[in-house]
Amino acid sequence: MMLSKGLKRKREEEQEKETLAADAWWLDPSLPAAAQAPPAAASSSLFDLSVLKLHHSLRQGEPDLRHLVLVVNTLRRIQASMAPEPTLPPVPSPPAAPCVADSLLASSDAALSASMASLLEDLSHIEGLSQAPQPLVDEGPPGRPTGGSPASLGALDLLGPATGCLLDDELEGLFEDIDTSMYDSELWAPVSEGLKPGPEDGPGKEEALELDEAELDYLLDVLVGTQALERPPGPGR
Amino acid sequence: MGEDTDTRKINHSFLRDHSYVTEADIISTVEFNHTGELLATGDKGGRVVIFQREPESKNAAHSQGEYDVYSTFQSHEPEFDYLKSLEIEEKINKIKWLPQQNAAHSLLSTNDKTIKLWKITERDKRPEGYNLKDEEGKLKDLSTVTSLQVPVLKPMDLMVEVSPRRVFANGHTYHINSISVNSDCETYMSADDLRINLWHLAITDRSFNIVDIKPANMEDLTEVITASEFHPHHCNLFVYSSSKGSLRLCDMRAAALCDKHSKLFEEPEDPSNRSFFSEIISSVSDVKFSHSGRYMLTRDYLTVKVWDLNMEARPIETYQVHDYLRSKLCSLYENDCIFDKFECAWNGSDSVIMTGAYNNFFRMFDRNTKRDVTLEASRESSKPRAVLKPRRVCVGGKRRRDDISVDSLDFTKKILHTAWHPAENIIAIAATNNLYIFQDKVNSEMH
Repeated sequence: MMLSKGLKRKREEEQEKETLAADAWWLDPSLPAAAQAPPAAASSSLFDLSVLKLHHSLRQGEPDLRHLVLVVNTLRRIQASMAPEPTLPPVPSPPAAPCVADSLLASSDAALSASMASLLEDLSHIEGLSQAPQPLVDEGPPGRPTGGSPASLGALDLLGPATGCLLDDELEGLFEDIDTSMYDSELWAPVSEGLKPGPEDGPGKEEALELDEAELDYLLDVLVGTQALERPPGPGR
Repeated sequence: MGEDTDTRKINHSFLRDHSYVTEADIISTVEFNHTGELLATGDKGGRVVIFQREPESKNAAHSQGEYDVYSTFQSHEPEFDYLKSLEIEEKINKIKWLPQQNAAHSLLSTNDKTIKLWKITERDKRPEGYNLKDEEGKLKDLSTVTSLQVPVLKPMDLMVEVSPRRVFANGHTYHINSISVNSDCETYMSADDLRINLWHLAITDRSFNIVDIKPANMEDLTEVITASEFHPHHCNLFVYSSSKGSLRLCDMRAAALCDKHSKLFEEPEDPSNRSFFSEIISSVSDVKFSHSGRYMLTRDYLTVKVWDLNMEARPIETYQVHDYLRSKLCSLYENDCIFDKFECAWNGSDSVIMTGAYNNFFRMFDRNTKRDVTLEASRESSKPRAVLKPRRVCVGGKRRRDDISVDSLDFTKKILHTAWHPAENIIAIAATNNLYIFQDKVNSEMH
């Protein structure tokens, strides 16, 4: 996975620093663990780490089932503890996660991949459910994070790594080898409508930098679909 | 616990006998046979090495009951599953000896998918004086044969021959983690992450599924089987452990499919120790019945526990292996060490239990005196025939001269596989690619 490799390596170093720091200061051995609820940042970095492990595990040809199950269960525990946290922005779009997960699972056992994909979807639904009804906090239009807290955005980024990519400035470089000539002239119109720009796309072009969530999903779908076709099958391990 | 006080009462006067360096590969399993005369090791490269204990001789004082290499053979080869486009590792996950029924020895060895029965025989005589063949085996010219002779058996150098007798394949979709021979000596079981199969030793083309915890929807999968073992005396009973820390005792007389346990052994979670990692550290990595059959020993990430078969609510004894790691769980999760699977072992009289840890340390707990000791298996720290010195990990506070601090523990040096001689105080410790055999010369008898 070309686009996630670079991203993941960078993140792994960050995770290491964050988790080691998390180790030192949020758990005081002299106090019982129950008395100390880990701060949101520690939970979030543990969440990211767990998602990373899950993705890594799923990418194996034949995942270690015990490892997988333990990581997923831990992820659920972390999510459950993060749920009531009000400062996290609502999840951008649940369908994005399973799409990426699907491509990652393409080489795995069919039954396992289907189940894990829906499992990740399930996780993101839980996330969505716990985030969406926030009567006390108005985050503005759903989906587009309004700048505020980059640290908490990290948790949601990895649930759909490509989503995070698309919000990055490094977008151009990552997609260099993909032929986007089909989309360049008509960024946001559906492929089936052809390439001719129409009057309705004027405002679209002006807002080109402001990505709508549904359009993001669509673009992601297409790109992931293209990648899946281009990637040759190879040995699992 | 006991380390600050007098440790003479616990048997730690082990001497380092030999260390066998299998340079090529990491040892993945260690197992004594039922008499302790033979010790088998399996490695990551699919090889099995069998050691034999030399009979004690009064002449050579230094070679009393030492183990020497007896036979080496390639048990499993790497395979390629063309359907799934996956390589099947040749690593030997487990070896179990069959009780000896004649002059030959037999053992079962397994990798992730296939179990094999091997027969080990000795040849120390050969026939000489054939009528039709000469000494080199070439056919004689019949015209030169004038009389008949009866071939006689003449002694020869000992030759150990190993041959595969059965191959039990295609029984498992998931990775085999345990095999266990039944006390009936006719059947054995093999367990993978989700299923347990019962085989007859003589039949390779079919097996009976006796436990199946695969959910209808894989999405609902939350628990896997981690280890299983037959009861040493009751051929209808077996136990299996799970990733959630529970043990299930099953009775094969109750039903063909033993999905309903007879007994469920589970310790409720300690609310004061609850963390995100509670489940991972409660996952049982090994379960062993005591020789008496009355108790079970389990190993989870931080403790070893003794369970009484008559009490399901909680273990009767819990021993801390390396509690100083409890505050490091986050880093251990990050570097995957928290998923390491340590084994545990009983001594012959069920009075002492042993398990491995990090930094090439292993721990022993005396159930009667409640003393415990930490020892190290490494060439640097112990000369041959020297008594092993107890080690100590300091967690801060007062530090003695030879103490190791928690932060300088080497987590790449893990002792996952250990075995205890069935009758004597001899232990086999696998430290990555080195095998250490320690013998207690001072107190040979079990107490």
